[in-house]
Amino acid sequence: MSQTIFHPSRSSRAFWGTCGVLVVLVLIGLFAAHHMESAGHWVTGMTNRVVWGMPHVFAVFLIVTASGALNVASIASVFGRSDYKSLSRLSGLLAAALLIGGLSVLVLDLGRPDRLIVAMTHYNFRSIFAWNIFLYTGFLGIVVVYLWMMFEPRMNRFVTRVGTLAFAWRIILTTGTGSIFGFLVARETFSSALLAPMFITMSLSFGTAVTLLLGALVFRLKGENLPAELTGKLARLLGYFVLSVGLLVAVSHLTHLYSAGHQDIERFLLIDGRPYSLLFWIGQVLLGTLVPAVLLLSDRFKRAVSVPLGALLVVIGGLAQLYVLIIGGQAYPMSIVSGFSESSTFFDGVIAMYRPSLPEWGLGVGGMALAALIFLVGTRVLPFLPVPTPDQPRA
Amino acid sequence: MTRLMNCPDPSPAAPARRTFFTQAGVGVALLALAPGVRLVDLARARAEDEPVTSANRWGLLIDTDKCQSGCDECVSACNEEHGIVGHGRPETDAQWIRKVDLKDDQTGHELSIPVLCQHCEEPPCVDVCPTGASFRRDDGIVLVDKHICIGCRYCMMACPFQARSFIHEELTGQRTHAPRGKGTVESCTLCVHRVDKGEQPACVEACHREGHDALVFGDLNDAEDQLTKLTRASATRELRPELKLNTSVRYTRF
Repeated sequence: MSQTIFHPSRSSRAFWGTCGVLVVLVLIGLFAAHHMESAGHWVTGMTNRVVWGMPHVFAVFLIVTASGALNVASIASVFGRSDYKSLSRLSGLLAAALLIGGLSVLVLDLGRPDRLIVAMTHYNFRSIFAWNIFLYTGFLGIVVVYLWMMFEPRMNRFVTRVGTLAFAWRIILTTGTGSIFGFLVARETFSSALLAPMFITMSLSFGTAVTLLLGALVFRLKGENLPAELTGKLARLLGYFVLSVGLLVAVSHLTHLYSAGHQDIERFLLIDGRPYSLLFWIGQVLLGTLVPAVLLLSDRFKRAVSVPLGALLVVIGGLAQLYVLIIGGQAYPMSIVSGFSESSTFFDGVIAMYRPSLPEWGLGVGGMALAALIFLVGTRVLPFLPVPTPDQPRA
Repeated sequence: MTRLMNCPDPSPAAPARRTFFTQAGVGVALLALAPGVRLVDLARARAEDEPVTSANRWGLLIDTDKCQSGCDECVSACNEEHGIVGHGRPETDAQWIRKVDLKDDQTGHELSIPVLCQHCEEPPCVDVCPTGASFRRDDGIVLVDKHICIGCRYCMMACPFQARSFIHEELTGQRTHAPRGKGTVESCTLCVHRVDKGEQPACVEACHREGHDALVFGDLNDAEDQLTKLTRASATRELRPELKLNTSVRYTRF
């Protein structure tokens, strides 16, 4: 096996043009965050009933995806598949960029983002949220070391060990993120041990999809294509990940449908509760699971179209899934007194209204753009991209 | 019994005299006891430098039979006490205590109960708070330290009673004894500033003032306290008992 040579991305009008668009989106995100903080959260769609909204959908998506973006590097260094090595560095960079994007959204949505230092200095170790702060910062640190091991020839021999640590860490990280919701014992819509494994499979799925999309983008910007063989393998893998997520989602709903106490919630999420039921069936199931599974696993379609389209649909389906989970789960009323219908001026007993506001969209999309921007600029600054092999076709 | 029967008949004036002495005795006893009752109240007060201990566990008993549907004096009193002013946006305005109307799904029986922070012994909000801003005092009162609350709202996600509010906008008319802060989470403090002075929470006083007496405040650790006696005398229930949070707020007669 010949040694892969890496180089930074080329400076081009298309490259800087893309970066320019991303900078504008990041600035919009920052402006949105500033508006939310100075005016107060009443300018968002979030309320005392739906306390986590669109920013959390984007933030959780980015954080979960960050973990999964390390798939390629893990496959290469932990599972010894050397053919994935050429994209390992890119995989590490993408993981770090996505995590920074996600954490930025999460922090900028806080009621008091100026107190970030408090979150760094005051810990309640009974809180899964506090544990996640360690898991996120730890992951970032491990990825940086991992990249160092990959970049520095003298350190290459440690790649497997650090890669194994990173692999274990990211499984724990997504378990932790899923548990943020799974540990909410008071809320029937969340409380479930199944959320942790579901988040792990979601991370594998979303992370691979974003790797295919942003990988294709960065290669395209330097006039090349993602290595075709690797793309095919990753696409097939993504197809199986998508089906795994689908399986866990199906098991979760079936388990709830089996218990009389959960049937009303299931009816809300699956039938009555628009827009959540529509997002579930059309966004999550049809566009996010069935169509991409066919596109990615069937050989009938042209790879150049089916792979990016399938990956894009996985991302859209993933956002729909998190919207249904996070916001649908809060919109459904929590029963305080079992066996009684409730009503109050605080909206007890009714479906909570939630409409994501422009600032929330701005902040969420800004976070996505920040992740993409860090990724692109990273490839320009350091040699992350493999030099194409002679048999690799140019775009 | 036999001795009584052998007693001579009392004179006609005797019953009146006896009644007079009985009533006078009760009056004197009340006069003597009243300052004592006040002293008990004062004894509950805590000096500023005196630490809060688990010797007390402050709680509330809500008699749902006495709580009047349509009456929200407790809510108004709480708002007045803590300077809680609405902005005409009920979905984002803070409510520390609210009246919840209930209707039995099977029988159709209707009632109205106040719902507030239940001051759990095992509060989920305290467990999930990443910075420790949500905390439980040794005397059972669950509070939010406004200085280290970062406004993540995870406690609101975790609260089984939806008893917490997030401050969505700029505040005016704050009370010095009840500091609040935009971008932080808050909930019923059980009028901790009053309790520390040996006084009753504002909602309890208001309910008493209205003549309903549906709310009884006291020390669950004190066997002689009226609250403890009442909780022993009749069946009480906590909200969401399946969570086994052992709340300090209890409801009776439903």
